[in-house]
Amino acid sequence: MALINITSPHTRGAISTGELMRLVIYATLPGIAALIYFFGVGVLINLVLACISCVAFEALVMKLRHRPVNFYLKDCSALVTAILLAVSLPPYCPWWLIVAGSFCAIVLAKQLYGGMGFNPFNPAMVAYVLLLISFPLQMTTWATPSAMLIDGQTLPSFVAALEKVFFGTQIDGYASATVLDLMKQNSALVLDELYAKESAFNTGVWAGAGWEWVNLGFLIGGLFLLYKKVFTWHAPISMLLSLTIVSAIFYDAGSSQSSGSPLFHLFSGATMLGAFFIVTDPVSSAVSVRGRIIYGALIGLVIYVIRTWGTGYPDGIGFAVLLLNFAAPFIDYYTTPRTYGHSKPRRATDSKPRDGGH
Amino acid sequence: MTSLIPIWELPGGIHPTENKTQSLQLPIGYLPLPPQLVIPLNQHLGKPAHPVVQPGDRVLKGQLIAAAEGTFSANTHASTSGTVIAIADQNIPHASGMTAESIVIEPDQKEEWINLETCEDYLQQDRLVLLDKIRAAGVAGMGGAGFPTAVKLAPKSTQVIDTLVINGAECEPYITADDILMQERADQLIEGVLLTSHILHHPKNILIGIEDNKPKAIAAVKAAVEIAQQTNPEAANIKVVSFPTKYPSGGAKQLIYILTGREIPSGHHSADIGVICVNVATTIAAWRAVRFGEPLISRITTLVGEALSEQRNMELLLGTPIDYVLQQQGFDAKRASRVIMGGPMMGFTLPALNVPVIKTTNCLLAPTAKELPLPDPAQACIRCGLCAEVCPANLLPQQLFWYAQAEDFDRLESHNLFDCIECGACSYVCPSSIPLVQYYRAAKGSIRQHLIEKEKSDRSRQRFEFRKERLAKEEAEKEAKRLARQKAAEEAKKQLADKQAAAPVPAQIVDPTKVAAPELSPDEQKAKLERLVAAAKNALEFAQKPLVSRDPKNKPITEEQLEKQAARIKQAELKLSEAENKLAEFLAQAPAQAATPTTSAAPADDPVAAAIARAQAKMNLSPTDKLKADLESLQTRLQKAQEKVEAAKTEGSSNLDALQQGAEKLQQKIEQTIASLKELGIDASAAPVVSEPEKSAAELAIEKAKAKAAALATMSDDEKRAEQRKSLEDRLQKARERLVKAEAENDANVEVFRSSVEKLEIKLKGM
Repeated sequence: MALINITSPHTRGAISTGELMRLVIYATLPGIAALIYFFGVGVLINLVLACISCVAFEALVMKLRHRPVNFYLKDCSALVTAILLAVSLPPYCPWWLIVAGSFCAIVLAKQLYGGMGFNPFNPAMVAYVLLLISFPLQMTTWATPSAMLIDGQTLPSFVAALEKVFFGTQIDGYASATVLDLMKQNSALVLDELYAKESAFNTGVWAGAGWEWVNLGFLIGGLFLLYKKVFTWHAPISMLLSLTIVSAIFYDAGSSQSSGSPLFHLFSGATMLGAFFIVTDPVSSAVSVRGRIIYGALIGLVIYVIRTWGTGYPDGIGFAVLLLNFAAPFIDYYTTPRTYGHSKPRRATDSKPRDGGH
Repeated sequence: MTSLIPIWELPGGIHPTENKTQSLQLPIGYLPLPPQLVIPLNQHLGKPAHPVVQPGDRVLKGQLIAAAEGTFSANTHASTSGTVIAIADQNIPHASGMTAESIVIEPDQKEEWINLETCEDYLQQDRLVLLDKIRAAGVAGMGGAGFPTAVKLAPKSTQVIDTLVINGAECEPYITADDILMQERADQLIEGVLLTSHILHHPKNILIGIEDNKPKAIAAVKAAVEIAQQTNPEAANIKVVSFPTKYPSGGAKQLIYILTGREIPSGHHSADIGVICVNVATTIAAWRAVRFGEPLISRITTLVGEALSEQRNMELLLGTPIDYVLQQQGFDAKRASRVIMGGPMMGFTLPALNVPVIKTTNCLLAPTAKELPLPDPAQACIRCGLCAEVCPANLLPQQLFWYAQAEDFDRLESHNLFDCIECGACSYVCPSSIPLVQYYRAAKGSIRQHLIEKEKSDRSRQRFEFRKERLAKEEAEKEAKRLARQKAAEEAKKQLADKQAAAPVPAQIVDPTKVAAPELSPDEQKAKLERLVAAAKNALEFAQKPLVSRDPKNKPITEEQLEKQAARIKQAELKLSEAENKLAEFLAQAPAQAATPTTSAAPADDPVAAAIARAQAKMNLSPTDKLKADLESLQTRLQKAQEKVEAAKTEGSSNLDALQQGAEKLQQKIEQTIASLKELGIDASAAPVVSEPEKSAAELAIEKAKAKAAALATMSDDEKRAEQRKSLEDRLQKARERLVKAEAENDANVEVFRSSVEKLEIKLKGM
């Protein structure tokens, strides 16, 4: 035995960053399964393309930065980014959209800022928003969920899907407006009439065809991560809570001016994906417990504002998260916890000598 | 009993695998004496003790071998009887692998104790006596820090202690030393608690805090409390509190919070909030020191880890080499990944095994690589915030880490780095396995180093600045003195000139402030200056007169008179030339007045002639005469000096002292000369010696007032006296006015004015 000198502690908790990321990946599976069920093989193609390109970009940059490639790939953070990006993009979107998105996420939003842990913005959301602004047409053409398909129509075959993705061969009649679009465009009908008229609503059970199940899938995954203590409840729960409260305030008893019920908002679009997989991204969020509550609540609020009064974008998650990423250091500044033995929290810029008073 | 006691929940904290059972299988064991004991002198917090034995001395078990250096230190004793074979630097158990002065004892296997002073009625003893016993026994905190117990148990009079906390938490994994101690020696613990309570004036709350993973210890302590109640009613006041196991609840700050809900303000001691916290082993050691007079020479240490064949608690003599201890426990060096002193959370790896067991060695952990694997390489921080969740001090460890990497010491300070207790909970949970605590330790060290350096540089800068200031001040003072001297000399000259000018009316004292009055018109000034010149000429003529018309009757003193006259002439000439210069200057300044009267009218050859005459006269002198002449000249100088003193007095000059000193010196010289004259057989008193300053000044005035005196010759004595009285009264009047003015202006020379007034009053009375 060589008497080595290692600093304390000499024992470690079980979970490592790589394991943490793998848990996150496992937790996306229910949601991904629902997506594949409702939107077909296109989701899978998205996932495969995004994973390959993200990992490839990550490896490339690591090589360029003369870092051990395997060591850094092992933390699986690129894979998590790839999955979050893939499920945000419309199925059957062109392949270059995914590759461009992966480039934005890994190279621009993550590695150029210094890599893992140094990115001020959520990489997947940066890529999503960049693509949304640059290619609005491709980004807003969402496939029709299987629940809405008319009789005789089936989900695209694998070959058709590949043709669509790589050669742009159109698939007839296989695109429709999402429930969020319908809700935003509605100004004449009361909600009951809207629900009765639109198949997107009447083929669903409580919030809209397909999406309600996708959201449920991500909710289950999120609860699993909470149970595994991968993150704390503060940010996601406060986001969902604030979204619920705001939508309840403006529900207006389902009149034609209503922007939808709380249930509708919780289970449509990317609400649950955002709450449990994007808002909880630790790197770009606020640090302290109070900070995370404020951070989550503000994201919920901004999501509702964009969904209801925003112009033309299908969902507000990406913008809301990026806006609050900007605000995170500011929130941190005002939410430093009170340290043991101090009468009040000290601000980060407070250079006074230690206060010991009570 | 316990269920009713409120406890507070520690924020943060972790639940590492406890690993406490393996060392609790066997009771406390003992080792045979090692071949050598190495007893370091710095086993406690504070100054190292200084040795009181010499190499070669035979020492008995429990004998003092090194005495505490001041209050904040602890005595050190021989752990067994034997011979001191060396007092030298030895390896000590420290993370840095440093050495420290230690006493090496070779045991003689006799275990021969010194005489111990027992004490049964300690609860009736004075507290200071008991504290002395604890101090003498060298008891220091055995929980980890080694704080001298006698110091801890003597809080300041301003710190009112209402709570005594006995720390039996032992939250570190693996360590069971306190656990087994409470199980086996609970009765001693309760005696110790009662003793401590007595020393602390019986605080209202006495709480023994034990984590709920030690049911046997809790039961044993509770039973001991019940037994103690039968003999001592105060024991009923002891509350045994068990609380949920959570690391690091055994930290003093944490335990106090859990048991009382009070937080120790940052930078303060627990005594400031009325709480004293003592470890269970320390309590027992203190009790044994009082009850049996036993010094602290052994302690219970947990010997644990898969690399040992036998894991158990041992009572080890302080100074026992650790390699000996491990070897006795069947240490397998091949299987061990490292040897840790302390627990896995806060302990440190030993860089060498030839180090002794000391007062704070609560555990020796020799794990295998499988048991405690080496840490993974650190990855990037993903800001997951797990560290902030587990921090018992509510710090933001990831921010601290960020600033520690950037060496941003100001931010570290404002993020309360110094409130970190280095418990290691943050590192434990870090998924990126970043050695956070080590970053904080390093940052703390750097900040302390910076502070020391800053203090040092501040001090030297201050020294330099003080020196510069002092030199500048000295220079300025010198300059001011020089200027003052110059000014005084000028004014004295001016005054003299005025006096000379006023020679026909000698009783008049010229007020220097009036002379220098600036509000005179140019014409008046010119007239005045011209008057001055005229007066000076007059004085010169007057002075020259006796030289020409010498009195033939008084031959023996002709020479002296000549001298006197020469001096007087010279002075008058100086005055004249000065007055003329002033006039010329004035005229030059005011060219509108073209008139240039009486310039260069001075008889230039006169002083030269006088000097030649004087020199010639001197050359012809006999030694006696020479001495006499010297005396004469000295007396003249004395007169002048006294005049100057007078002038300085009247104007309150700052160099009055210097002038007086000069006068005194002259007087001394005169006395010397007189003495030498006496040797030559001449009575100096025959010479017209004027040694008394008052008299000489008056005589001078009288001499100068010759003209007036002649005018007064016809007057009767009474009339003369009346005249003098009047003049004195005038002077007194003026002096009083000046004093009043000076007082009104808060002048620095008030005292001088006052004394001159007093003198004048005395004079007047004397008439």
